This record gives sequence, structure tokens and C-alpha cells, in this order.
Amino acid sequence: MRNTQGTFSFLPDLTDDQISAQIQYCLDKDWAVGVEYCYDPHPRNIYWDMWGNPMFDLKDPKGVMMELADCRKVHGDAYIRLNAFDNTRAVESVTLSFIVNRPKVEPRIRMTRQEVDGRSIRYTHEIAR
Amino acid sequence: MADTAKNADSTEIKDKKERYKSGVLKYAQMGYWDGDYVPKDTDILALFRMTPQEGVDPIECAAAVAGESSTATWTVVWTDRLTAADQYRAKAYRIDPVPNTPGQYFVYIAYDLILFEPGSLANLTASIIGNVFGFKPLKALRLEDMRFPVAYIKTYKGPSSGIIVERERLDKFGRPLLGATTKPKLGLSGKNYGRVVYEGLKGGLDFMKDDENINSQPFMHFRDRFLYVMEAVNRASAETGEVKGSYLNVTAGTMEEMYRRAELAKELGSVIIMIDLVIGYTAIQSMSEWCRNNDMILHLHRAGHGTYTRQKNHGISFRVIAKWMRLAGVDHIHAGTSVGKLEGDPLVTQGFYNVLREQHNPVDLPRGIFFEQDWGDMLKVMPVASGGIHAGQMHQLIDLFGDDVVLQFGGGTIGHPMGIQAGATANRVALEAMVLARNEGRNILAEGPEILRAAAKWCKPLEAALDVWGSITFNYASTDTSDFTPMPSVSL
Repeated sequence: MRNTQGTFSFLPDLTDDQISAQIQYCLDKDWAVGVEYCYDPHPRNIYWDMWGNPMFDLKDPKGVMMELADCRKVHGDAYIRLNAFDNTRAVESVTLSFIVNRPKVEPRIRMTRQEVDGRSIRYTHEIAR
Repeated sequence: MADTAKNADSTEIKDKKERYKSGVLKYAQMGYWDGDYVPKDTDILALFRMTPQEGVDPIECAAAVAGESSTATWTVVWTDRLTAADQYRAKAYRIDPVPNTPGQYFVYIAYDLILFEPGSLANLTASIIGNVFGFKPLKALRLEDMRFPVAYIKTYKGPSSGIIVERERLDKFGRPLLGATTKPKLGLSGKNYGRVVYEGLKGGLDFMKDDENINSQPFMHFRDRFLYVMEAVNRASAETGEVKGSYLNVTAGTMEEMYRRAELAKELGSVIIMIDLVIGYTAIQSMSEWCRNNDMILHLHRAGHGTYTRQKNHGISFRVIAKWMRLAGVDHIHAGTSVGKLEGDPLVTQGFYNVLREQHNPVDLPRGIFFEQDWGDMLKVMPVASGGIHAGQMHQLIDLFGDDVVLQFGGGTIGHPMGIQAGATANRVALEAMVLARNEGRNILAEGPEILRAAAKWCKPLEAALDVWGSITFNYASTDTSDFTPMPSVSL
């Protein structure tokens, strides 16, 4: 199953040149870019592991691309995403987030129905291994 | 106007004995016109477009508008003298002829902050639009814009989640959100309705939406709808890994019933509920309060607004409604598309978006913004563009509105020749391809059609969407346009 979290998941996987262009867009806006990875792409898994801190004051996308390459070496079968952070007052949040690496076989997500009162159902999701 | 202002009829009578003698005075004589008044930072300001009846002096008419929207009655009352009446009187302080429109005037009126109850939109609107619109000396009157002092803004809690929190909850960043209204809007059973929701969300939309008149009718009770829709939302989430939502419309005949419906939406795990503008300002503030206490995003459908926002000479501009709704605390509001089937001059529509999304609005006459507004860190409202838009307009929509907007393609999703999922996929692919290209520095307004065609080469659903709707445009002259620059309609 193709997990479609992130900004560009409906497009063919981005090439390194395309990734680099997106990083450049972020750096031009003074956003800090961070690399994160995870093996549990649950819809509500907010905190992926950080591959180091977001990179502040960076001018050249190569800095991020090097970290991404290192992260891929260690976590090649994980989901890896780039997050851009904007510290402008009233934003102070992520402003771009896209997946740049996927496991060879992406896990399915299993939905469990717990039948409760009347016809109500409690839904939970977990990654099927 | 300075010459008229010297006229005795339009000068405040300062002598107290004369001023409070029983009888009828001109509103200007009573003190509702003061051409020298310098508004205080703490005043609430309103700009009206005023069309006096023939023969009515514009200054006297402006004074009457100030009077009838604050303390005045038609005759002198001695009980004014028991109050600090000079300060309670609203003051019309400036009047400009509307460019190229004989008989119409822009009237600026200042209201002292003490006239208003904190945090009550009902109180504010009862003053500003309560009586004055039916006043006989006026042929027509339109409230164009308002300026609120930060001290007043701070008495409202504002959006219950706001754009930033909404995005963090949904885990969706850096692109417009995508939605569609479930169609047909009336007649589907709960089970059939949920099917449409599932197909749209699985195909790639972030949100589906109840329409404004889907409440709890014989063909579909609200409980049925909520149960089937949440099955669809959760299945779609499992199939995509994304957080999904469907605006569950809780609009009902009483607050008690709306709360009951909202509670059910919460129990079933919905991230968002919806209300219609017609429930009224106090009900909207109450639902915002409920949403704030229940981690719920609040979507507002502006049902009914066209009855009073569309005609330029009479009513209320939507920019004022947008400001009021930001105060009232909604998280989403339909604010126009410019390129779709519904009314909307491009610049005027951008003005609405700016009012909803920015922390500070400078004066921007071509966009219809007459006052500088500091929002005092009030959270931002997500505008929703909906009504006759399709994937082929993606470059125009992103160019006009940027990332913080929900683009809703109802017919453009459900009417897709290959099915609803394909319709949703076409829209999502068009969106992501366009954002990618924009971020790469391409000129999407010029290259948009080419970018879409390139994506359509590998995405059949997008190819089909462009083939069916690529040439559909809605080029009609807007009625609600700015008076300060001639507006060509969007070229397509």
C-alpha cells in the first residue's frame, strides 16, 4: 500500500534533483529543514525520529542532501521525510513536509472495529507487519 | 464637503440650552457629524456606502447613520443629559463621494469602545446594523468595512483551532487542502452517502463535506449519516495512512439539538464538524466554544450570505462578515473562488482571504480594505474555495490564494467519467504537481496548462478530467467589485 502522507505522495517518487529543488525553495524562505525517519507510518504517529536537529542558517541544499544520504544508508528501509520549519510569528510550525524514502514493501494499515453501544463503532488503526 | 459642513444645519449646537430644548433637530446639530474628529486608537470604525434619498443632504444623512447606529432617537430627549452623551454619540467624521458613482458616498463613522459589550457579536451587530438599514432618508446603505481596536479583538477567543493547529492535527503542510461536497446534496440514504465519502477520501481528498441543507431529513437521519460517514473516513484513513475528515453538519433547530449532534460526532472520532451561517451569530460563538473544549475543527458554510453581500449598494460586504466570523471563532469559512461559478471579483476575493489569514491588514483599496487592522495575534481562519472549480484551474487557484486554503471540487470529483476515486486522484495529482512546479520556481500562471498536461501523461484520471472540464469557464462580470481599479475578469 502506498502511504500518501506528505505533500508530494501522489507524484512519482522525487529524484534527488527534485528533492534538492524543494530544499532550495525552503532555504530561500529561511526555513530550517530537518530529516526524520520512521518504521511506523500510523496516521497519527506525529513524532518520527529526528536524524539530527533541523538545520538552521543553511544556504546550500547539499547540507541536507548529505544528511539524507547518511540517513538512507542506515535506515534505507524506513520512511524518511523532510520537514521545513518556519519560525515566523503566527506560523511557528512545519510549512512543508514530504516523503523522500520508502520501504521496499510498504506495510498495510489494519483498521479494527470495536462494536460498542447501539450501532456505534470505535475505530483503531495499527500497522500490519 | 467642507463648504456644506459650514452650514448651520450641519454644525453641532454647543449651547446646552438650545441643544436639549424639546423638539426635533438635525442629526448633525445633535452632534453626530464632526468633520474635525480624529478617531482614537480605541474607537471601533465603520465604513458605510450610503445612498441618500434625493434631496437629502449627505452630511445630515451621514450624521443620521451615526445617530441611528448609536444613541439617537428621532427627537431630543432630556435624559441624554443624565449621561456622558457627548462620548456615547457615534461620530460621522469623513465623507467621500464614491468614485464614478453619482449619489453614493463613503461615510466613516467612529464608535467609542464603551458602547460595546466584550466578546458579543450579537451586541456589536445589534448596534452597527440593528436599526439603521431601514431608515427612511436612506435609499440604500451598505456596511463596507470595519476596524476593531486590539483591545476589542482581545475580548473574543477567535478560531477554536485556526490554520496552524488544524494543519498540525491533520499532518498536512505546504499545500492547499482538498475537499469535495457529497452530491447529490439531497436524497442519498446514509449508506449510499458514506460510499461517496469513502470513494472521495480514498481517491486522495483530505475532506468530504455535508452540504448546507443536509441536516436530518426523512431520507437520511443525522445519526445514520454520521455512523456511515465515520466508517468511510476510518476506512479511507487505513487505505492511505492519512488523517481524513468529513464535515458533519450539526445545524439544527435548537442549540440543544446541535450540541447533541456535535457530541455524537465527537464520540465517533470526527476531527471536524460543520454549521451554517443561518444559525445566527450567538449560536456560532457557542459552537466555537464547544469546539474549543472538544478539540474539534469548526467549518462554517456561509449559507444565506448572498442575500445581503452581493449587491454593491445595500447590505453588508462579505469582508465584514469574514471579520465577524474570525472574531466569532470559526476555523473554516467559504470565501469565494473568483474562477468558479459563484460571485467573486479576484482582488475583492483576495481581500476576504487577507482578512481571514493575516495578522495585520494594511489599507488596500483595490482589495476593498479601507482600514488598517491589527488582529492582536488572533488565530487565522482557513478560507474555503468552493463552487464550480475544477482541476484545470489549479494554477489559477494556487496563484490567487496560496497554500492556506481548502479547494473543494464537488462536481469536479463526483462527476468524473472514471468514477469518484479517479476524480479525487485527478485533483490531488494536479494540486501536487502544481505546488512542486511552483516551488521549483516555475511561473505556474503562464505554464500551468503545460504542467497539468505533463502530469496527465502518467495520470489517466487527470487526463480525463482535463478532457471533460479543461475548457469550462465562468466568465461573468462581478457585481461586487472594487471602486478603485477597473477589474478585468480572470483570463482563462
